Amino acid sequence: MKSKPKKVLLLGSGGLKIGQAGEFDYSGSQAIKALKEEGIKVVLINPNIATIQTNETFADTVYFLPLTLQFATHVIKKERPDGILLGFGGQTALNLGLALDERGILKKYAVRVLGTPVSAIRNTEDRDLFVRCLNEIGVATPRSQAASTIPEAQKAAEKIGYPVMVRAGFALGGEGSGVVRDGTALSEKLKEVFRAVPQVLIEEYVGGWKEIEYEVVRDAADNCVTVCNMENIDPMGVHTGDSIVVAPSQTLTNEEYHRLREIAIRVIRHLGIVGECNIQYALHSKTGEYRVIEVNARLSRSSALASKATGYPLAFVAAMLALGYTLPELKNSVTKKTTACFEPALDYLVLKIPRWDITKFDHASSAIGSEMKSVGEVMAIGRSFEEVLQKALRMLNIGADGFTAHRSNNFQMPEYLKEIREPTTRRIFAIAEALKKGTSVQKIHALSGIDTWFLEKMKNITDFGRSLSRSDLGRNALLDAKKLGFSDRQVATLKKISEEKIRTLRKKYAILPSIKQVDTLAGEFPAKTNYLYLTYHGSEHDIKPGKHSAIVLGSGPYAIGSSVEFDWSGVQALSTLAKKGYQTIMINSNPETVSTDYDMSDRLYFEELSLERVLDIVEFEKPKGVIVSTGGQIPNNLALPLQKAGIKIFGTNPRNIDRAENRHAFSKLLDRLGIDQPAWAELTSPSAAIRAAEKIGYPVLVRPSYVLSGAAMSVALNRERLITYLQRAADVSPDHPVVISKFIENAREIEIDGVATQGSLLIYAITEHIENAGTHSGDATVVLPPQRTYLETTRRAKDVARAIVRELKITGPFNVQFIAKDNRLQVIECNVRASRSFPFVSKVTGYNFIDIATRAMLAPLERGVSLTGRGEDIHQRYQTLELDYVAVKSPQFSYGRIKGADPRSFVEMASTGEVACFGDTYGEALLKAMLASGFRLPKKNILVSLGKEENKLKLLSSMQLLVDLKFKLFATEHTADFLSVNGVACEKVYKISSKREPSVLSLIEEGAVDLIINIPTRAYERENTDGFIIRRKAVDMNIPLITNRQLAEAFVTALAEQKRNGLKAKAWDEYHS
Amino acid sequence: MKLFLKDGTVIEGKSFGAPPAGGSVAGEVVFNTGMVGYPEAFTDPSYAGQILVCTYPLIGNYGVPAKKFFESQRVQIAGLVVSEYSEKYSHAKAVRSLADWLKKSGVPAISGVDTRTLTKRLREHGVLLGELVHSGKPKGFVDPNEENLVERVSPKKKQIYRGGPPPRRSGLRPREGGKPRIVAVDCGMKENILRSLLSRGATVIRVPWDYDFNKERYDGLLLSNGPGDPTMCAKTIENIRVAMKRGKPILGVCLGNQLLALAAGGKTYKLKYGHRSQNQPCVEQNTKRCYITSQNHGFAVDGKSLPSGWEEWFVNANDDSNEGIRHKTKPWSSVQFHPEASPGPTDTAWIFDEFVEQLKRQRAKGKSTDI
Repeated sequence: MKSKPKKVLLLGSGGLKIGQAGEFDYSGSQAIKALKEEGIKVVLINPNIATIQTNETFADTVYFLPLTLQFATHVIKKERPDGILLGFGGQTALNLGLALDERGILKKYAVRVLGTPVSAIRNTEDRDLFVRCLNEIGVATPRSQAASTIPEAQKAAEKIGYPVMVRAGFALGGEGSGVVRDGTALSEKLKEVFRAVPQVLIEEYVGGWKEIEYEVVRDAADNCVTVCNMENIDPMGVHTGDSIVVAPSQTLTNEEYHRLREIAIRVIRHLGIVGECNIQYALHSKTGEYRVIEVNARLSRSSALASKATGYPLAFVAAMLALGYTLPELKNSVTKKTTACFEPALDYLVLKIPRWDITKFDHASSAIGSEMKSVGEVMAIGRSFEEVLQKALRMLNIGADGFTAHRSNNFQMPEYLKEIREPTTRRIFAIAEALKKGTSVQKIHALSGIDTWFLEKMKNITDFGRSLSRSDLGRNALLDAKKLGFSDRQVATLKKISEEKIRTLRKKYAILPSIKQVDTLAGEFPAKTNYLYLTYHGSEHDIKPGKHSAIVLGSGPYAIGSSVEFDWSGVQALSTLAKKGYQTIMINSNPETVSTDYDMSDRLYFEELSLERVLDIVEFEKPKGVIVSTGGQIPNNLALPLQKAGIKIFGTNPRNIDRAENRHAFSKLLDRLGIDQPAWAELTSPSAAIRAAEKIGYPVLVRPSYVLSGAAMSVALNRERLITYLQRAADVSPDHPVVISKFIENAREIEIDGVATQGSLLIYAITEHIENAGTHSGDATVVLPPQRTYLETTRRAKDVARAIVRELKITGPFNVQFIAKDNRLQVIECNVRASRSFPFVSKVTGYNFIDIATRAMLAPLERGVSLTGRGEDIHQRYQTLELDYVAVKSPQFSYGRIKGADPRSFVEMASTGEVACFGDTYGEALLKAMLASGFRLPKKNILVSLGKEENKLKLLSSMQLLVDLKFKLFATEHTADFLSVNGVACEKVYKISSKREPSVLSLIEEGAVDLIINIPTRAYERENTDGFIIRRKAVDMNIPLITNRQLAEAFVTALAEQKRNGLKAKAWDEYHS
Repeated sequence: MKLFLKDGTVIEGKSFGAPPAGGSVAGEVVFNTGMVGYPEAFTDPSYAGQILVCTYPLIGNYGVPAKKFFESQRVQIAGLVVSEYSEKYSHAKAVRSLADWLKKSGVPAISGVDTRTLTKRLREHGVLLGELVHSGKPKGFVDPNEENLVERVSPKKKQIYRGGPPPRRSGLRPREGGKPRIVAVDCGMKENILRSLLSRGATVIRVPWDYDFNKERYDGLLLSNGPGDPTMCAKTIENIRVAMKRGKPILGVCLGNQLLALAAGGKTYKLKYGHRSQNQPCVEQNTKRCYITSQNHGFAVDGKSLPSGWEEWFVNANDDSNEGIRHKTKPWSSVQFHPEASPGPTDTAWIFDEFVEQLKRQRAKGKSTDI
């Protein structure tokens, strides 16, 4: 073993985006644990403030900074680490590491790359080198040729023969990749792609082949194992991140399984990888031919999945191997007896389904293909395919009750054959529909390429569903239903009786799920594992109920609006519960999380967050209580039903949670308390709604209850739009009331995140949005402490929060949102649960809000503590308003992946993640946060296009400032005229429709501008105009874009300040001290 | 259908194989944790007399291929226990379903069993005798290890196979040293051992377990895998001792490891529940390299019983049991695992490379070992 490093720099992955989600919080935090165990100091750069790895208890020094060459170099210069890990922060960290190496920074400061050497990473990232490398050992890859220009690419494509696959190197999640059928399409595509990457690969098309992956681990002594293989149900052609995936493979013979395994090991040895990597194959189902598609020389989404699928702690082991340990020297952390140098044997199977949120975007295509579009995923564990498929579909939390027998009408698929042939995000439901309509398995296979084995299993489900609706519900029929993964609710739907009745009947028949362990060795050795799942293919539990336990419900899949912050909150709650002596239990279904790590709770149930399943677990474990307020909306929605079933909920009484969630009840409550709110009306019928809207006055906001991230929340400017939006709202939240309220324009938005006990406020933090109301709070740029809010306003906000807290007798976390305009402060929303910004306010103020909240929730149960919580150390004075620094949280968007979507904010949330940075000033923090979310500072040319007179006027001084800063402005017609009249120098460009040159389109396509400021004319409506094309082009061409006036103003001011003062690379603790 | 275990457990399930002759079949109940390779495993003669429990819950997914892909001429297991049998199968190479094959082979099978719970019972109790009863009453348990199972599965007569040119990957040029002649003592040999030797350019003389192979002209001796208790093979052990006296190179596989140890003067014993899986980590003692191996054995060599001159070659990284032995100076070695894989990982195929290469070098040096 080489000498161990003393201080290691770990590069994180930044904000969550499509193709790079929470899995890297898992891998990074595992790496930190490994390094700490070895007594090594860890320096972490990661602007993702909601992650667990950036907790003060993890790395020794945390930098909330952009993951750019400039900042990383500063940190290296300052910290002087002697080692660096590149493989734990996704493609972002890998690319940054390669850049640091290329620029000689690592060499200059004597920083050793731990694990897989940089040369090996290059060989996997550069397609040409990669193919050459594999050819050396006779391993087949798709016939291919690299190209750096369009003519080169066309020549290559003709040689290989159309259709061809275009692959962009160095891109995560297959960005820029796609199938191209002819020369015209090829040059069209490459125009875009070459903006982002210097080189592409033109490749033999292997669509329709089976897609198989292996996760491989190798140590420096050349020991090599494959931890897991996985088979994509969707064959080649659909990105693996958008595919339904099973582990282990189901349709591979021993010969195929082990041939590919042997090749994997040969490839990884030849490449010289040390640590973990992923290898993807295409396998022809008839001829058995294979092609290696790619190798990811780092932890990936697939490795996180493999780790959760098998119980093998891949990231931890990879970190230890990077330090020079060999596999036989490490123990299997699940059995604690056997070695880590082994390959897990599964006695269950897992199935992963991606979670998409494309329906949130008008115009966005729901077609899936070689570019990943999903924002999250779920994983189900079970002992039959039918069981895991139906479980996973429920876990998605999109209203599906399984594969079939839904209560909702949203899963009827009129064009099912088309969606099977041209895959969309709803292909699985199209298959269900086809099977129900009697389409043959052979035909579905021919259309989709999906192996008949999977389709036959799916047919088992629909066939059974059909027969069950006709037959009597005896014990055998019910047991068969459960073995096929039917929920009580599905059975109830088929039998047209209530879910409760099915549950009662099931218990009467003694049909109960068995709790089984994931033990990595299929029962061969006794294991101390706490990793559990439930199945109806069992006769016995593996475990006994725990003692003095408490359950925390996790967040479920990542989705827009429910991201890593809820995982953070759940993990904090577990940690406090453990400190308080509880046996902790986590229930979650999301494999990309830290909360589902083997050492985060005493027991992990990798299970559905449904009422049925949570009750199954609660009835077995008999915990002291359940925490529902740290996992976002999914657990929150279970609060009332669980209480009705007699389960103790920690914290605020669910009846009071309901009074806040139910828009109608809450609005009435505010009226009664005399708290100001926008004029509102409850909707009973569309005609009543229209009458109400006319009375209140357009624009109005349509708001369904019990939803997160403003799902189906819309601003209606007129009657016609109102009718459309009402329908959407009713679809999303059918059981709950919809409210319309006056949409207040040009108002500022502020929020209070706080913790209360027994109706009295303990701690709170006030944050301020840079954007005016109309931008969803999850998409807003948020500042702490507030910069523009009067003390008087904050005092009043606090008083209002106190009144609500008292009325709802809140115990635990809560969040209130206000709008402030013309000296009026109005409440627009209250959530009696941890909000998205809890990690942000906790890390910025230095107080862990969830820790305080959890202790508040437990206080009433603790002996010797009075009901007011007196005697508990939670009653101290918290200073959260006066800070010596400023922190700004910026949204992270993934518009690049959502083709056709309009990249501007609406009342419905669109961002996939967030980042936050600190600064000595507001401007510094803002710029850093923007850079951290992928923004680049302009060097020379800026295109401005300002809709509406008001925007032009208000941004005039900012435009002048840009000119003073020596930027060259290009402006669209009206904007240019306005600026010229007002003495701001700019060059005019013409509308696309005018067909005159220089046109705005050619300016963008030439790559001439570094920044586009486009403020839409109509602030809250979706539009299809020149503005849309400009914004979309900006995203597709990877040009920084600002679409909000307030943000544009703040940005320009900050830019001017930065020209004078620069941006500092200060660690988190330097701000606190 | 019901599975009766000697500890009194009765498990009910659904029959999907052949109705056993006489209504029931008895055997030793063992479990295998492999996730692929059921056609290969079920035709492995080492399973003779055993009722096999698959811990992987879905069996039958890719049907059953043509006979040439099997590890012996027929299904060897006495019975099969699975959680779920996959009635519909899918694979280009499949010629029939698993149920069809089992029915044709007269082998009973039961599905709908909580195989994890059963496996844990076997792990805690050790292997158990059991009986699969299709109809009527159980007839009583039978311990197959009291019988000479090797005799049952070993061929009755000698057969000679001539190998093709060695594949390029082995690093040997085709003509180097000529074709070595290997006597393979078939105690229930898996076909892939034969294929492995032939593909490396050897000529193989396949002989019955009790055959006096020392009367043959040969360069090296291969001791195959096989079922049951190695001490039943006294005749084989005797013949091995003669070969040792004559300095013949020997490679043992699985049962062959135990036979070589016994011939050397070591001891064997029965494991509590054996190793039947494709993920057994074995550490080569001198290099400390760890290999993932495929295994199927209930008996093992006692590493401490080895006489002087011998050493442990491989040791199991999980339970420290012996996984191979070799002589410090003589060309005798053996492994407990299956370098021929099938089913399982191919990591240790180099053991055949080295064995055949050694024989070829020896021939090239003119040290022909003809009688």
